[in-house]
Amino acid sequence: MKKTQKNGYLRVGLLLTGLMAALILLGMVWTPYDPQAMSVGPKFAPPSLRFLMGTDNFGRDIFSRVLQGAGATFVIALSTVAIGAVCGTVVGALTGYFGGAVDETLMRLNDALTAFPSILLALVVISLLGPGNKYNVILALGLVFIPSFARVTRTAFASLREVNYVKSARLMGASTARILLVHMLPNTLHVLLPALTIGFNNAVLAEASMSFLDIGVTPPDASLGYMLSEAQSLFTAAPWYAVGTGGAIVLLVFSVGLLGEGLQRRDKGVV
Amino acid sequence: MKYACRRVAMLAVTMVIVSLLAFVAFDLISGDPATAMLGTEATPEKVAALQKELGLDRPLLVRYGAWLLGFFTGDLGVSYSYHQSVWDLIAPKVAVTLCLSLLSFLLIAAVSIPLGLRSAVRSGGVLDGARTVLNQLCMAVPPLFTGILLSWLFSTTLRWFIHGQFPALSADFWGAMKYLLFAAVAIAIPRIAMTVRMLRSTVRQELQKDYVRTAISRGNDRSAVLRRHVLKNALVPVVTFLAQTMAEIVAGSIVVEQVFAIPGLGRMLVASISSRDYPTVQAIVVILAFWVVLAGAVADLVNQRIDPRLRLGGRS
Repeated sequence: MKKTQKNGYLRVGLLLTGLMAALILLGMVWTPYDPQAMSVGPKFAPPSLRFLMGTDNFGRDIFSRVLQGAGATFVIALSTVAIGAVCGTVVGALTGYFGGAVDETLMRLNDALTAFPSILLALVVISLLGPGNKYNVILALGLVFIPSFARVTRTAFASLREVNYVKSARLMGASTARILLVHMLPNTLHVLLPALTIGFNNAVLAEASMSFLDIGVTPPDASLGYMLSEAQSLFTAAPWYAVGTGGAIVLLVFSVGLLGEGLQRRDKGVV
Repeated sequence: MKYACRRVAMLAVTMVIVSLLAFVAFDLISGDPATAMLGTEATPEKVAALQKELGLDRPLLVRYGAWLLGFFTGDLGVSYSYHQSVWDLIAPKVAVTLCLSLLSFLLIAAVSIPLGLRSAVRSGGVLDGARTVLNQLCMAVPPLFTGILLSWLFSTTLRWFIHGQFPALSADFWGAMKYLLFAAVAIAIPRIAMTVRMLRSTVRQELQKDYVRTAISRGNDRSAVLRRHVLKNALVPVVTFLAQTMAEIVAGSIVVEQVFAIPGLGRMLVASISSRDYPTVQAIVVILAFWVVLAGAVADLVNQRIDPRLRLGGRS
């Protein structure tokens, strides 16, 4: 009973995430209509079989646009998490393993950085790099996510420092890189994997907020956040625009959230 | 009392570090303010004169000290884009954003603590899965989306408030609060879900401890045990968590102010970033960060009231 329940979240989460990923990948190669093409249908057409999410003020097919926007969001979130996770894990592994003064200093710096909400920090970095560019958004968010990954992995690596298998590997003369990568890293996956799903979701939400504020991705690279800001001004004429776009964000974050919940429960047992 | 003094001292140190970080970052990126202020009229002589006048020829740390002093005396420099004192620009907006974040915070605490307790006690069974799914769903809703839906429902349809017409706090306090309430709800929903989840798991861990079993087996009333003993022990991590929530509330308010057209710090921040008005951005960033740091300090003081053992410095 317990076991099936545990796997339930993981299974449904994997299924939903896989489904979303498949849809998004599909959207990168094929969309029902050209997302940029105007007047593929009447203006402000409500959702129908022809236009699954209706059309906008230019008669563009919203479903195609959502697919494309979700693709942009997906790529940004994945790259962001990749930067944050790789750099954060390197920092966390080294500081956790070696400890010492560098560790102390970095952790205090980390504490100070938590005073800045992630979006605020990303906005600051963006104002340094210049707004309105996809790569700057990725870089800004990626940098902002490094500390949280570093904190999570540091704790995991520090807890393994004095474990017997690590000690024996050290005695057998394994190099530090080998100890960290081969012996310790696989045993930190139980914290790293849920952290990845949480990081991904935070990246999706942060990117959406930034693009909504017109500081993130700007057209023609329209992402879901930018589309939401368009949708808000058209809400009375075409509520389906906002609902479709916002719904896509909710569904994406929800799927990955379930996956994370499943991953967490698999290791902790049901809490 | 000693603990409180130490915590306040720590708070001051954190604030100095945080503001120093912001100051150095903006000093690095903003380039030379004198050139920026003079714009097209910049000649080397004029720039040098203005630099001297603004005190830019002094070393970084001296300028930081002067700036920090100015922060507390209300002199935050001059905005590049409005050519007006930054403090005069942002002063009316500070109160609005603080009210919004406090309102969201109260909402989160008031809803999530009873809800989390209930769901911890009544855990197990068929509803458990449904609860987790609902929880994940609430966490997945971005405040900007809820904000759009709420502003449509309560402004366009029900006309409970007029979108874009935010009453001044001093003129119509309750009207402004009513306006802010909808924005606060949008910020609070995902945070409530997270707090409930967190509280649920701490309370459930606590319920499995021996003292709870003993207390109940000795004939104590279940709900009294829950309120008097379990809650007290489970509350410490929750209070810490709620304080960290303040950072997320502030982040949420930046976006939600835009959605609801609330003239607060967040909107000002976004506008200033777009126009590269660094003195204003810097001031707002530091104010928001101070607010978050302050929330953390208050949480520690509250925790120390709940659990006096913390006074000994077991945890900070």
